[in-house]
Amino acid sequence: MKKADTLGDELRRQGISRRTFLKFCAAMATSMALPASMAPVMADALAATRRQSVIWLSFQECTGCTESILRSYAPSIESLIFDFISLDYHHTLQAAAGRAAEDARDQAMQENWGKYLVIVDGSIPLKDGGIYSTIDGHTNLETLETVAAGAAALISVGTCAAYGGLPMARPNPTGAVGVDEIIKDKPVINLPGCPPIPEVMTGTIASFLTFGRLPEMDRLGRPVAFFGDTIHDRCYRRPLYERGKFARGFDDEGARKGWCLYALGCKGPITYNACATIKWNQGQSFPIQSGHGCLGCSEPRFWDKDSFYKPLSATHWGNAAGLAAAAAAGAAVGAGVAVLSRRHQDTIAKGE
Amino acid sequence: MSVTLLDFARGPAMQWALIIFVFGMVWRLVGVWGLRHKADHSQPRVTQGVWKRGLRAVFVRVLPYPEFAPKVQGQYWISYVFHLGFFIVLLFFVPHILFFEDILGFGWPGLPNNVIFFVGGITVAALMVALIKRILNPVTRMMSNFDDYFAWFVTIAPVVTGLLVNANLIPNYELMLAIHILSFQLLLIYLPFGKLMHGFWLMVSRWTTAVRFARRGGLS
Repeated sequence: MKKADTLGDELRRQGISRRTFLKFCAAMATSMALPASMAPVMADALAATRRQSVIWLSFQECTGCTESILRSYAPSIESLIFDFISLDYHHTLQAAAGRAAEDARDQAMQENWGKYLVIVDGSIPLKDGGIYSTIDGHTNLETLETVAAGAAALISVGTCAAYGGLPMARPNPTGAVGVDEIIKDKPVINLPGCPPIPEVMTGTIASFLTFGRLPEMDRLGRPVAFFGDTIHDRCYRRPLYERGKFARGFDDEGARKGWCLYALGCKGPITYNACATIKWNQGQSFPIQSGHGCLGCSEPRFWDKDSFYKPLSATHWGNAAGLAAAAAAGAAVGAGVAVLSRRHQDTIAKGE
Repeated sequence: MSVTLLDFARGPAMQWALIIFVFGMVWRLVGVWGLRHKADHSQPRVTQGVWKRGLRAVFVRVLPYPEFAPKVQGQYWISYVFHLGFFIVLLFFVPHILFFEDILGFGWPGLPNNVIFFVGGITVAALMVALIKRILNPVTRMMSNFDDYFAWFVTIAPVVTGLLVNANLIPNYELMLAIHILSFQLLLIYLPFGKLMHGFWLMVSRWTTAVRFARRGGLS
């Protein structure tokens, strides 16, 4: 299929009106907390932008992130971003296979050296020389370092690429790490989530295309526009938390009435993501709305942190045996101190 | 990825705080109760039912001695406000109940967060007044030592940090939550080793003093 030079040409060719495109840009600007006046600026910038070469690297992953991005309001305008960017390498989506696929990547790198965008999903195994995941005879570490050398920026999609994710869960048999543990000399942005929200991925790419740089990030390298608030702060069940209305089981009266899921282990208060605002499946719902607490999947080490069903305020306090041992030790010391005191009293009484 | 402060507070810090708390409590209780009672060589004036005097003192001393009431009742009421406020916040905030339920295996009904928020605010205010009164009064100021001020600090710290967590004033919620949990652990660790032990000695000393006085024909 012949591709137009700019997104504007491509949109016109596909019969997308400027009005529709502006609506998309307004939605993107809003979701990234940009002022409404930025929408036409964004539209002009995007329309004039040349196709951005994108190389998508899949490492230790489950393809859930790709599944997620494919559901980006398809077939509405978000999908056109992918007509607009030149997705030069993506295991799951590209037609080529084997040597032809690898050649396509090499060619894209040569033609766009220093300018292409690298998207990574999946963690990178480092243990035992990184042998646990290889592609075309190269370890993921070798591939990442080679491809990142000519990248303008890297986007880590999913918690695995961002923080190691599930492959890094204890005991981390492959020595998995996230991208920013390896790549230190290029801009890297993390879009964690298991999977990330599709619009977070497309919105961040759109932001990069518009402004030519990655958006403002938080301390964990996530775009503030999407990860600035906790799920709890934006949750529609928050008033029920404040009123002390908690579901205590998944089939009790509280659950049926849609009360707060804090007591059932919801990690919304410590999870930064846009699920409660952008939601999933075209704004249809998100986990809490469907009756299950937040798992905290966009936070580092979410898999190892805790039981998904343990309330946040319940702790890992140990066990009764440990406290009984502490009590026994306390009794022994107390008794010893009392005996010493009595001896001391006797000594004084004798006038010695 | 390193372990966060919240992971530390909810994990190892909580384990050690509880171990030190239980160890210290039992040490103090056994250590004091194991001491030899002071010999009283006087002729007992009351020989039967001295325990009733002890029980009476436990309840009668809930209010100040009438003679002293005008001077001390302000202190009494302020103390009641922050003691009750502290325990309402500790025992009836639902996330706190979930904490206890995890350890004890049972829970109880809680109060709405806004009520807890309000009571917490009053508790902090009462503790501040108590501190100011302590400092302004030359007698209590001279009597006070590090233990008094540190006991006040470890009492007010969990309430203040808890209010800050709830108010979400600090953008980094999980950091504030971790500080809140750690401040509670500081209270747990310090409790057996300072004047906060009055929580356990108060009734015992009222009883013991009343019984001793009764033996001599007096009232405590």
